[in-house]
Amino acid sequence: MTSLVWLTVALPLAGFLVNGTLALRRPAAKDLVSFVGVGVLVGAFAVALSVCVQLWLHPPHAPIIVNLWRWLPVGALQLDFAFQVDQLSAVMLLVITGVGSLIHLFSVGYMKSDPGYARYFSYLNLFVVFMLVLVLGSSFPVMFIGWEGVGLCSYLLIGFWFSDKVNADAGKKAFIVNRIGDFGFMIAMFMIWHHLGTLTFTGMVERAPAVFSLGSGVVTAITLFLFLGCAGKSAQIPLYTWLPDAMAGPTPVSALIHAATMVTAGVYLVARTNVLFALAPLSSTVVAGIGALTALFAATIGLRQYDIKKVLAYSTVSQLGFMFVAVGTGAYTAGVFHLVAHAFFKALLFLGAGSVIYAMHEAYHATHSHADAQDMRNMGGLRQHLPVTFWLMLIATLAIAGIPPFAGFFSKDEILAAAYARGESIPIFYVFYGMSVIAALLTSFYMARLMAMTFLGENRTGEQERPHLHDAPLVMTGPLVVLGIFSALGGLLNLPRFLGGGGAMEHWLEPVTAPAARYFRLEMPHGSTEFYLIGAAVAIGVVGLVAGWWFTSRRRTLPASESPEDTGLARVLYRKYYVDEIYDAILVRPLLWLSRVVLWKGVDQGAVDGAAVNGTAKVSRGLGWLGSRLQTGQVGIYVVLFLVGVLWILQTVAG
Amino acid sequence: MLLGPSLALSAILFSLGVAGVLLRRNAIVLFMCIELMLNAVNLSFVALAQLHGASGYVMVFFVMTVAAAEAAVGLAIIIGIFRHKQSVDLGNINLLRG
Repeated sequence: MTSLVWLTVALPLAGFLVNGTLALRRPAAKDLVSFVGVGVLVGAFAVALSVCVQLWLHPPHAPIIVNLWRWLPVGALQLDFAFQVDQLSAVMLLVITGVGSLIHLFSVGYMKSDPGYARYFSYLNLFVVFMLVLVLGSSFPVMFIGWEGVGLCSYLLIGFWFSDKVNADAGKKAFIVNRIGDFGFMIAMFMIWHHLGTLTFTGMVERAPAVFSLGSGVVTAITLFLFLGCAGKSAQIPLYTWLPDAMAGPTPVSALIHAATMVTAGVYLVARTNVLFALAPLSSTVVAGIGALTALFAATIGLRQYDIKKVLAYSTVSQLGFMFVAVGTGAYTAGVFHLVAHAFFKALLFLGAGSVIYAMHEAYHATHSHADAQDMRNMGGLRQHLPVTFWLMLIATLAIAGIPPFAGFFSKDEILAAAYARGESIPIFYVFYGMSVIAALLTSFYMARLMAMTFLGENRTGEQERPHLHDAPLVMTGPLVVLGIFSALGGLLNLPRFLGGGGAMEHWLEPVTAPAARYFRLEMPHGSTEFYLIGAAVAIGVVGLVAGWWFTSRRRTLPASESPEDTGLARVLYRKYYVDEIYDAILVRPLLWLSRVVLWKGVDQGAVDGAAVNGTAKVSRGLGWLGSRLQTGQVGIYVVLFLVGVLWILQTVAG
Repeated sequence: MLLGPSLALSAILFSLGVAGVLLRRNAIVLFMCIELMLNAVNLSFVALAQLHGASGYVMVFFVMTVAAAEAAVGLAIIIGIFRHKQSVDLGNINLLRG
């Protein structure tokens, strides 16, 4: 049964081919496109579910390798195109196909009047193909195919409405920033091959402990290069700038690619290579430190954004930071647990934001207004008009804020507790714990602000637009309800022991995390410390929510067109600490200068055109001129020269 | 493994590329046809490498590198031509006519 896992990849691939053909031949056949596009995902989910049930009933001790064909038979490198089914890839498989199906379904409603409908679904299907290759790949190169493929699909979908230059630029930015990360991934891959002589994950787990000594320079370098790849894909400092811009794509894309699945690939990679990170405590500390810094930094930017999707984008960057704190701490289960919980509640938040934008857009469309449908200053009081969306987004907000018993509480609490526990052996983790706690406080603050600005208070959309505001059709609210249920109950996946749960996910992932546990053991706090930490986490969540709500509803918000410009610190936060401007000044502009002044004007126009092309012409013309000087036209001189020549030849021959 | 079919496919792809270069007039399509020919050659390199050892694979990487450089230069030229002529139709590009 597990050998059928290739079907989960083959079905979306078939969907891509069919929808891609339809996009070129029959773009108007929307019913067929939706049937194929959603159908293949539901099929893939069914297969994934049966594979996981099989795994649940007969838990294997070693990963099951499903070999498809021999891929790279080159000398010592004999690599198969194979999938690895184990406890970790099973979790990812369910999340990708499950959440993916819901988001595909939502897209049927959201994109229904778009002329590029078939093209959209073919890209979305292709994305799922590559994402599944990424998590199922049994070796680094196979994983890398998926890694690059999801990057391609992300580029295609961010720039989906490419006739707008801003969107096309955002796609390019995502692609180029990710190249920096991929460079790290590839270097790490080369080094692993060089030192371990294998590229499969099973081979890595087997050989790494024997080859690398604990904390040696080589394994530290490998893991840092790997983490550079993660920082690119999962939008961590310093490579996070592409993710907020990626919101230029359609909202379901933001939910699927830029919240639930692709951006978590970095967390997955660290969890997958946990044995290497456990052998390099320095790298693990760097991972956790960057994670904590990103969580805090992105959360502060989220405080002052007005675009509803931008707030959620920075929130995603921040939550990914939390996941890296977890995997850097050695709490791999907590990281994966938060990944799953985040996939539920952040997909719900994005799809909820999608139905808000959909409603706003319809309202503005009906009155031919050109106001910004994503600006929260134009919303307000939407609770009366979109009650279903409001209540579901409230569940997600409570989940992300870490209020019990919603999913985010369990996962975030576990991360904070783990960071605190690691502080005992490596004191700097206390600092990371503190940063994460502040980030958690800010998280619930900006989420409460988002909810208050969007749904509470009085409506600011406009008199004529107001009657047009209403909840989205069932095809869009249906997936929201399912995600709402999972956001509320997701915590059951890994219920802590003191609540009667057995840490189900912890136990489930044990075979995968066992190699790391030998070198990077983590003693989770018990007894009173555990309860203090939980109490603190809940208190932070509640305080943040109340403060966010109070500060937002205390003042009257003005519609975007009437709002004064922000000043002082608020302005710095609104402009995202000017990081884009700084990158532009220190990287982009020098590069453009180099291309324009040195390479174009200097090398191309000066050396190539001037010296090489026109230069050779000038030289031959000059030689011609020189030769022409010899020709005087006076017969006498020719005779003299002829004579001298003959004498010279005779003299050489005779002498 | 699959040597015959691979070489046949390579030959078909290469012929398609040649036919495209000879028959089409759009510079970008022409360009894609050149890439098609390069990749057809790559395919036969890879197929034959299974018989004759890894040097075929190495050759493929050389071809890829050259193709990437060629794509960068070629596309830049096409953009330059488009800016001058508002067209990438090769019928309109006859600067070298005597």
